[in-house]
Amino acid sequence: MESNNGQNGDAPVIAIDGVTKTYQMGEVAVHALRGVSLAIHSGEYVAIIGASGSGKSTLMNIIGLLDRPTSGTYAIRGQEVGQLGKSEQADIRNREIGFVFQRFNLLPRTSAQAQVELPLFYAGITGTKARRRAVDALTRVGLGERIDHRPDQLSGGQQQRVAIARALVTQPSLLLADEPTGALDSKTTAEILDLFDELHAQGLTLVVVTHEHSVAERAGRVITVSDGAIVGDALAAQPTPAVTATNGFGSVLPTLSPARTAVAQ
Amino acid sequence: MRMLRYFPLALGNINVNKTRSLLTMLGIIIGVAAVLTTLGIASGAASSITSEIEAQGTNLLEVSPTGGGQGGTLTMADARILGDRDDFPQFAGVAPTYSGNATLVRGANDAGGQVRGVTADFPSVSTVEIADGRFLNAVEETNSARVVVLGHDLAGDLFGSENPIGQEVRIAGDLFTVVGVLEASGGSAFFSDDTTAYVPLGVAQTRLFAAPRYRGELTVSSISIKVAEGYALEQAEQDVEVALRLLHGLGQDDDNDFSIFNQASLLDLAGSVSTTLSALLGGIGAISLIVGGIGIMNIMLVTVTERTNEIGLRRALGAHDRDILVQFLAEALVLCIIGGLLGIGLSYGVAALLTALPGFSIAVTIDAASVVMALGVASAAAIIFGLYPAIRATRLDPVEALRYE
Repeated sequence: MESNNGQNGDAPVIAIDGVTKTYQMGEVAVHALRGVSLAIHSGEYVAIIGASGSGKSTLMNIIGLLDRPTSGTYAIRGQEVGQLGKSEQADIRNREIGFVFQRFNLLPRTSAQAQVELPLFYAGITGTKARRRAVDALTRVGLGERIDHRPDQLSGGQQQRVAIARALVTQPSLLLADEPTGALDSKTTAEILDLFDELHAQGLTLVVVTHEHSVAERAGRVITVSDGAIVGDALAAQPTPAVTATNGFGSVLPTLSPARTAVAQ
Repeated sequence: MRMLRYFPLALGNINVNKTRSLLTMLGIIIGVAAVLTTLGIASGAASSITSEIEAQGTNLLEVSPTGGGQGGTLTMADARILGDRDDFPQFAGVAPTYSGNATLVRGANDAGGQVRGVTADFPSVSTVEIADGRFLNAVEETNSARVVVLGHDLAGDLFGSENPIGQEVRIAGDLFTVVGVLEASGGSAFFSDDTTAYVPLGVAQTRLFAAPRYRGELTVSSISIKVAEGYALEQAEQDVEVALRLLHGLGQDDDNDFSIFNQASLLDLAGSVSTTLSALLGGIGAISLIVGGIGIMNIMLVTVTERTNEIGLRRALGAHDRDILVQFLAEALVLCIIGGLLGIGLSYGVAALLTALPGFSIAVTIDAASVVMALGVASAAAIIFGLYPAIRATRLDPVEALRYE
């Protein structure tokens, strides 16, 4: 199942228009998002940065289809998804979005390979096909030798690599990372960010939500959220690596669609 | 069978938490084992009672005078009239008996027992069987000969390992020649004929026990009747009642001065007792199964709470409501099925142990139907008690669940 099947190749991966989110806390209405519009194109590496309580987590949850906007529209590759039913949203999450979390969120006492097969299970892919894809994804993040290791046998950085492999295994349109280096030391942080650079170079669209400027700086585009609104949207000083750059992962790369390899900027 | 995919997953999750899974299953294991063992004991008891009763014959009636052996109104005349094949073709055999208690002495050995005066055709209306020698014959009956047939235990008590045939025993001062020994009846003490000695009817009535007369006829302590083939037991019983009321000149308002005992009604009674017993024991077992099921629900609720973060993750990875629901239901179901199978194994072990126990006379029999039923009930319990925790799991908000530590 190709991730962009039947969708408009020219449409942005993410198109958010006038999205608001209001929580009712008893008598008080809390405006977490006050009209956010945002387009993220294929192949972009975007950082969303903001202080705690700025609304960046709410924005991430809406992008990840874990939460619904109060008003406004949200389309992935031209398909309106914000108001789909629970079940359709689950399918879109499975197909289009790869999640990476701060605390890795791996299952205890489960092998790396089984962890990575999990999204395929929900896509209805099992058996040797799932195994092959899981091994491919683990190889892609540099863990091809550790497919049988359980989380307690892996370092923090390796655990996050397993989580990244899990996010990539369904060949999603977007990798959505929530504070991916928040639980890692500086050396491992650098390794993970290098991996993100590599994946970006291979054409993957990445959105990294963070409160650390050093992490945000690695992205090509930095969106600053404050008080429920986007207050800054700037291209980084350094140009992002060219997507056509060759790398050592050629043989294990998933097939990249033209839409993904096209540079949006 | 898309749903089958969840079972390896469930097995994996159960395997991850072996100790807890085993403790959770314990309720179901004990519940299933309790149900199967108690039902096994009940059915074993029922079949042993039934076979004992059947060993006494189910086409036999026994008439006895109200108020017991002596001074009754049941006489030789009654037996003679009922025994007339022209008037009563429904009775294949009619045998009057006269019983009393006496001590049998042989040398230094003595044994108390029932001495029963019978006719030569008594074996045809009862279930006694000759093991050695022969039963009393018609000549001995007519001549009131001093001969005796010994019950199995009685022969053992008096003669030990010696052959009693042709030897003599003393009953109430008279010497009797042993002509036969009976087979062990195999019944429990309640039904046993094994300590009874059989002598010719006339000897018992006149020589040993001095039976009283009623309206000029010698009284009897019972009349054994065998119902002929092709006649219903209940109808035959009624015929006996009508005839005896007439013979005894009882008016419409008079009570019977005799009672009729039939083995089949005893069989019915035993059957209904064992059904009640099974229901009672099965019910107690079922309660323990329910308690086991609640244990599963309890643990599943804990599991759902513990794994809130995992549920959030599965949501993020694309799990539907149905996926989450089935995952937790499958876990409950697998717990119950494994528990059920272990319980079945345990019950077979307990059954074998009880049956092998010396002094435990009941063969505990666990039948396939109860095994299937127990597994079915365990699975139903899993689904019923697993449903609530599973629904709780699907209700979790993914954002909250992912944030849960």
